[in-house]
Amino acid sequence: MTLTPVEPTIKSRPVYAPLEPRPGHLHLIIADGEGADAVTDMLAKTSDAGQLLASAHLMYCPGPNGTDLTERLRALGALQFFRAPTIPALLPRLKRVLVDAHMGSQFYLAGTEGLCGQAETAIMQTGFPASAIQKEHRGSTVRRVQCVHCKGITENVATDPFQCSHCGLSLFVRDHYSRRLAAFQGVNIDAEDPGDVPPSVVRFK
Amino acid sequence: MSLDFKPGAFNDFFREETFRGDFTYRNSPHNIRRFPFPFDRDDYMYAVNMEPHVPGRIGSVFEKTFDVDEHYVAEMIDRAKVLADDPLRCQSLPHMTLAGWDLLELIMESKARDYPEWFSLEKNGNRWRWINRPLGIDHSFTFLDEATLPYGPMEYITRQTQGDFTLQDEREGTLWMDAGIATSQADWSVDFDIGMSWHEWHAPVPLAHEMGIFDRALKFLLKLQHGAPVRRFNWTMTVNPLLDTAPETYPKWGPTKTSLTQENLGQKQHLRVELQTLYRLPRSNAIAFDIRCYLASFDELMTVPKWARRLHRVVRDIHPDLATYKGFIRNQPAMVEWLSKYDDGKPTSPGWWPEEA
Ligand code: HEM
Repeated sequence: MTLTPVEPTIKSRPVYAPLEPRPGHLHLIIADGEGADAVTDMLAKTSDAGQLLASAHLMYCPGPNGTDLTERLRALGALQFFRAPTIPALLPRLKRVLVDAHMGSQFYLAGTEGLCGQAETAIMQTGFPASAIQKEHRGSTVRRVQCVHCKGITENVATDPFQCSHCGLSLFVRDHYSRRLAAFQGVNIDAEDPGDVPPSVVRFK
Repeated sequence: MSLDFKPGAFNDFFREETFRGDFTYRNSPHNIRRFPFPFDRDDYMYAVNMEPHVPGRIGSVFEKTFDVDEHYVAEMIDRAKVLADDPLRCQSLPHMTLAGWDLLELIMESKARDYPEWFSLEKNGNRWRWINRPLGIDHSFTFLDEATLPYGPMEYITRQTQGDFTLQDEREGTLWMDAGIATSQADWSVDFDIGMSWHEWHAPVPLAHEMGIFDRALKFLLKLQHGAPVRRFNWTMTVNPLLDTAPETYPKWGPTKTSLTQENLGQKQHLRVELQTLYRLPRSNAIAFDIRCYLASFDELMTVPKWARRLHRVVRDIHPDLATYKGFIRNQPAMVEWLSKYDDGKPTSPGWWPEEA
């Protein structure tokens, strides 16, 4: 498994690169699903993984496809390790940890776009520069999509079009992406011709 | 504390009209002549079209810094309705409050200077008294003290100013749309775009990225100086004089695109022109972006023969990616058929002014 390829589309679409070990006082590593592989690949690139792990806080949750590599990551022996059942259950702890994180901290995000995006939003809200954050997309390509009409966010969208889980409208999935919301945009597909909804195809797995 | 309008003064000038429901919006013959027709030639393609925003021809929309026209009061009533329905149309990230005060000052000073019969501003240190006669507002407040206004400063002043506004913070060599109000937007979402950087919010635009337009325009804007604003045009097409073509409400107005016939097209189809102006703000160093929307029906535009000929040629020959992006590709053939009757094939003079027909 390597970096999930992302077709270059439009400029708001997030871009990803393999994680690289960097010097820092605190290493905050946040991953879900196959993102665990990105973390171990990153550690394999440094001759002193032990030192990095000695100042690392590792948070992990299983991916939306069920991939759960908790034990691999727990076994690394990071200073602190936390396993959450889901992303929403992981975020409160991340936000609490960020309160005490100082400049010079390094952030490593790996896994689904939902995980990378929501962690990035939380980190940037505390004022850290984008340059301190690395993101590597691995595993499932399902999307987190905001319905531009009702504002509800539907997680783990696999098909296009899909039905908004909040208001029920049929939405097509744009590549336009909001970093603040950590979500792609969903727009009503049959607004101009009500009822004329093309069949859904699986675009994200 | 609230911002209750008590319009009534100057009713001989400001029209009573609607931008929804029965759509009674119209341009007076005088207002058609001053419509900012955006095509200075018979074809159209994106360009870095910016020029200094200096006082222009008397009577034109360029004459004053912030043009106030016959639709002012009706537009402000429409804005208040949109905001009551959806407060997310106006958002300001916490670090943008100072830029909001900069904008409030810019607009109050400009309007009091340019339209003394309608607006006045008295300053006694930081104690300011603002009078907006067309909307019936007489309000004293303390400059830079938010507690003395019924809304944040950006919202307060833009509820009294035609045009959507965004405020851009400058960081990391780019601009960030960190505050904005949009109730007369051409199908983009403030709620979605707040917090984005220059290239991100422009991401959906076709062709222009590849043409290098956004790189060049950003470079130009980062050098924008306080006191030297610039302006440019943008345009699109809208069915009915609907100011608020928001993605949020697209399921409501989308179906109107299928309502055009050769009989009703002249009345229903509107050219939507945005006069966009950009100002560097003095205290915050932010950049204010004003997107002022002007609407004219095809029937109204046909009263100017030069515009009639030219609009036909522009709509007929436009790049399909632009017609698709601007959302009128499905009605383009019907528009061209309708407009062709007003194009006798004669040459048109350069420039957008009507009289050089
Ligand atoms: C800081 C000020 C500016 C802001 C906040 C802004 C904002 C926007 C937004 C929100 C859109 C709609 C994108 C979408 O489809 O979601 C847009 C479109 C566009 N912008 Fe800007 N813009 C700014 C300045 C400029 C400048 C200076 C240029 C000059 C080249 C420019 C050129 C364009 C073009 C060509 C489009 C496509 C319009 C169309 O075809 O209808 N923008 N802009």
